Amino acid sequence: MSSSARARGRFVPYLLTLPGIGWLLLFFAIPMVTMFSVSLQEGSLEQGYRLTFHWANYSQAFGDSSTQAFRSLFYAAIVTAVTFAISYPMVYWIAFKAGRKKHLFLLLLLLPYFTPFLIRTLSWKFVLADTGIFLGPLKDWGLLDESFRLLATPLSVIAGITYNFLPFMALPLFVALDRLDPAMLEAARDLYSDRFSAFLKVTFPLSLPGVFAGSLLTFIPAVGDFIDAELLGNPSTTMIGNVIEREFTDSFNYPEGAALSFLLMAGILVGVALYARWLGTEELTG
Amino acid sequence: MGGKRSWFLGTYTGLAIAYLYIPVLVMIMFGFNDFAGRFNFEWRRPTLEHYRTLFDIPELTEALKNSLLIASVSTIVATVLGTMIALALTRHSFRGRSGLNLFIFLPMATPEIVLGVSLLAMFVTINMTRGFLTIVIAHIMFSISYVVVTVKARTSGLDQSLEEAARDLGAGPWTAFRTVTFPLILPGIAAASVLAFVLSIDDYVVTTFNAGATITLPLWIYGVSRFGVPAQVNVIGTLIFAIGVIYVAVMAFRISSEDARL
Repeated sequence: MSSSARARGRFVPYLLTLPGIGWLLLFFAIPMVTMFSVSLQEGSLEQGYRLTFHWANYSQAFGDSSTQAFRSLFYAAIVTAVTFAISYPMVYWIAFKAGRKKHLFLLLLLLPYFTPFLIRTLSWKFVLADTGIFLGPLKDWGLLDESFRLLATPLSVIAGITYNFLPFMALPLFVALDRLDPAMLEAARDLYSDRFSAFLKVTFPLSLPGVFAGSLLTFIPAVGDFIDAELLGNPSTTMIGNVIEREFTDSFNYPEGAALSFLLMAGILVGVALYARWLGTEELTG
Repeated sequence: MGGKRSWFLGTYTGLAIAYLYIPVLVMIMFGFNDFAGRFNFEWRRPTLEHYRTLFDIPELTEALKNSLLIASVSTIVATVLGTMIALALTRHSFRGRSGLNLFIFLPMATPEIVLGVSLLAMFVTINMTRGFLTIVIAHIMFSISYVVVTVKARTSGLDQSLEEAARDLGAGPWTAFRTVTFPLILPGIAAASVLAFVLSIDDYVVTTFNAGATITLPLWIYGVSRFGVPAQVNVIGTLIFAIGVIYVAVMAFRISSEDARL
């Protein structure tokens, strides 16, 4: 290779990344910086906003919506735990017991998610309705009290988010379990007297990177979700996403909405850091 | 092997998968319901009427067209830009590579609502009218990272010596890439573009803040959901699901024929 060709080769990775990274800088990074500036502005939509480094927007935003913020973190934590509890046994069976059909089962698990998100959620609204196809007959037969309801309760919101984000938990879990060496798991079974302690001591710790990845991929969108709370909830299940949405589209209080967005991300960062510590970072990196 | 235990787990898996299909089956069923009045809530009798009148709601047809066009444009652009980044990340070592890996991860780790409102804040600040163009811009933005990750999963497992062999046999760098590497990573690129398309056509959250007067399919459905969703929406959902079934069937067939070859 001539030296000029090699010099040209050095620029290849930069030329390849430039357009895509440029796009992300323009439409992801700069908007974030802009929103940070907006979060420190004062004024009104009519008179315009001015940058006055008004940090009070943050305390104001937190004071106004700390209930919704903590509720969102709480719901998202439950959703993460429930998606994990539902997915792990299922994905375990697919990875280890489904044999050559395992990819087919995995595709069957993902297939419902081809249906548009909103249609799926509206369909749940219909299924969970007070006199819908499930509760209706149960009430007619006298098995449930007439006043019993699922829709517009915290339960229906959590159930909706759980359903919608389940694949984000299941896929990383599958990847982590599928990678494990069967010979090693067999050795573990020889080593420990019963299968359950072999699972607890070997299989589960080895799948922790998948548990961590799945939890993040579920928890982050779950905290910010507002569609499930909007369609399946009631005013007392409002989440932080609903508040942010209203600040930007109803009350046009951009600075407070922007401040809330950054508080949301800070909350997620703290949550993820605590979780990583709880799971044990050593096991994840080692 | 612990037959009893895996039988129990297998049954559980079957039930769990069945649960995932509950809303899908309800959606399909009520697309065939000959309902009376405004709300499609009670099963009466089967009909194909809603399939026949699928395109009889002009606003819905318009929204569907917009969504398909937006998804096509953003898929093409995001797939090209994302694949180029994935190639650079796996085939070259250069300064700033690990920083770049982290930067690519950030949009995926940001809640959608934050992506949506920050773009809105910027478009308002620079006084840019929101509409078709801003939706496409936003969809390309949130798809790029997913394309990079999907294509990278394919390129990083690739044996570089294959391309080197082609170079040794006298192929130029471009020819070696085009005839050896590109066909090998094509399945990854195809999977990435399917993902980008699904992400775009399904997006409500980012779109709602940046759509202006343009209506997409999810925006339209959300708008009518308060007043009763027409059965044509069930039909569109069913057709999209059917495309998914075909896709999965093709994938399953490819997997089983690969198995047979091994």
